[in-house]
Amino acid sequence: MSAGTFRRHLTSRVMTALVVVLAFLAVLALVLILGDLIAKGASSIDWAFFTKSPVPAGESGGGVANAIVGTFIVVGLAALIGVPVGVGAGMYLAEYGSGRLGFLVRFVADVLNGTPSIVIGIVAWTFLVKPTGRFSALAGSVALAILMIPMLARTTEEMVRLVPHSLREAALALGYPRWRTSLKVVARTALGGIVTGCLVGIARVAGETAPLLFTALGNLNFSTDVRHPMQTLSLQIYVYATGPFDEWHRMAWAAALVLMGLVLILALAARWVTRQRYGSGR
Amino acid sequence: MVAAANTRLRLETVRLTALFGKNPAVREVSLLFPAHTVTAIIGPSGCGKSTLLRCLNRMHELTPDAAVTGTVLLDDVNIYATDVNPVELRRRIGMVFQRPTPFPTMSIYDNVAAGLRVNGRRPRQETDDAVERALRQSALWDEVKDRLATSALALSGGQQQRLCIARAIAPQPEILLLDEPTASLDPAGTQRIEELCHTLKRLYTIVIVTHNMQQAARVSDYTAFMYLGSLIEVGRTNEIFTKPQVEQTEAYITGRFG
Repeated sequence: MSAGTFRRHLTSRVMTALVVVLAFLAVLALVLILGDLIAKGASSIDWAFFTKSPVPAGESGGGVANAIVGTFIVVGLAALIGVPVGVGAGMYLAEYGSGRLGFLVRFVADVLNGTPSIVIGIVAWTFLVKPTGRFSALAGSVALAILMIPMLARTTEEMVRLVPHSLREAALALGYPRWRTSLKVVARTALGGIVTGCLVGIARVAGETAPLLFTALGNLNFSTDVRHPMQTLSLQIYVYATGPFDEWHRMAWAAALVLMGLVLILALAARWVTRQRYGSGR
Repeated sequence: MVAAANTRLRLETVRLTALFGKNPAVREVSLLFPAHTVTAIIGPSGCGKSTLLRCLNRMHELTPDAAVTGTVLLDDVNIYATDVNPVELRRRIGMVFQRPTPFPTMSIYDNVAAGLRVNGRRPRQETDDAVERALRQSALWDEVKDRLATSALALSGGQQQRLCIARAIAPQPEILLLDEPTASLDPAGTQRIEELCHTLKRLYTIVIVTHNMQQAARVSDYTAFMYLGSLIEVGRTNEIFTKPQVEQTEAYITGRFG
């Protein structure tokens, strides 16, 4: 082996080792967080944790059933508002957004994407909580939806843009009207990517706390009325983790583990949908 | 020009000019496509032959900054008249592109039925019959009849292209536009498409754009030669290839330029 070849192989080895270490570091954060959550939270998770509401401070036992149900309601409602608007806006941007209005919408979406979530919470408070005079789960959902919309709009746009132009032309040449081309051919082809984007977006807002502090507020009791304050896992974690009791800290770890689990399930579902998309045919 | 007396006129362009912005890609082309014939448009890359084809079903105008002047007559009606709906017009004119474009989310059956469904709901049996007829006409039926419900992407490139032809002819258009339909196919796939041209011209008026002069000689009845956006010469294919009238045409078909 000549000296030149040796150096080439050595450089290759060193660089490969370097990127492996960096990739490991990136994953390490997730492993540490998950490990820590399991170590500190798993022991507190039992059946009652999922089925009972919190007990007054100082007593042991109880669960976070209200927060789990609340998370589903608040996030579900947010998705119900945010997904149609976000996906619709993304379709508009990709299919018709080449003009001035498209530029404006895209710019606003990008700014909104970078806006701190606590600011969006304050906005929801100003327009929904203050005028009605009460905190409500609905206001929390609206805040989360506002967070979700720019994310979904931009991912939907990217996914729709990935659909080859030739497919669009093929549909138009068949005598498809433009709207039908967008819906039946373009959107359907991009559907896997759009659904993945929605699931990732929902997973992102499911862990948000700041925008809910001034809107959904939190609730120690079991409640399913969206016109009133409601507990969510993130709010529960916030209250428990900042509280003075060891029992609360224990519960905070367990609730964090449950929330992490829910987000993980959503991420896995997103993965699954993506694989379905590329798995078919070819 | 070239229309034989006994063939009914179907499609004709009169001083057709197509622009991208201010640049004309097609310049004042007047050309007649007799019914139930295959007309080949040949010429070097960038001569405007694809653009000309895309003017015939008003696809050209979908490109940003594109514009068209002059007229295209389909049965003596100007398809660029303001009262002609381009979407409905395209249902009368089928088109097949350079690369196969099956809809990836649809099955083989749904791909062929796509152009039928856009014309409104019809009985299931009627759709079934139309799909089978289109697949038989495009010589694909025997290969796919047992897997109509499977993804169209599982087909080979040549099969996909014949599927696209089936999709284009299922709604029974009057004109069939083929834009270099064999450009991405192997010789066997190419041969099948060329054979199709011969059988399909009994039913449709076919316009084919091709890079391949042998292909033009094999499949077409009339050949039009274009250069730099202008129509240089048009005539019966055997005459164009044996005794072209214009020097440029002769230079091109003998391979001296282009």
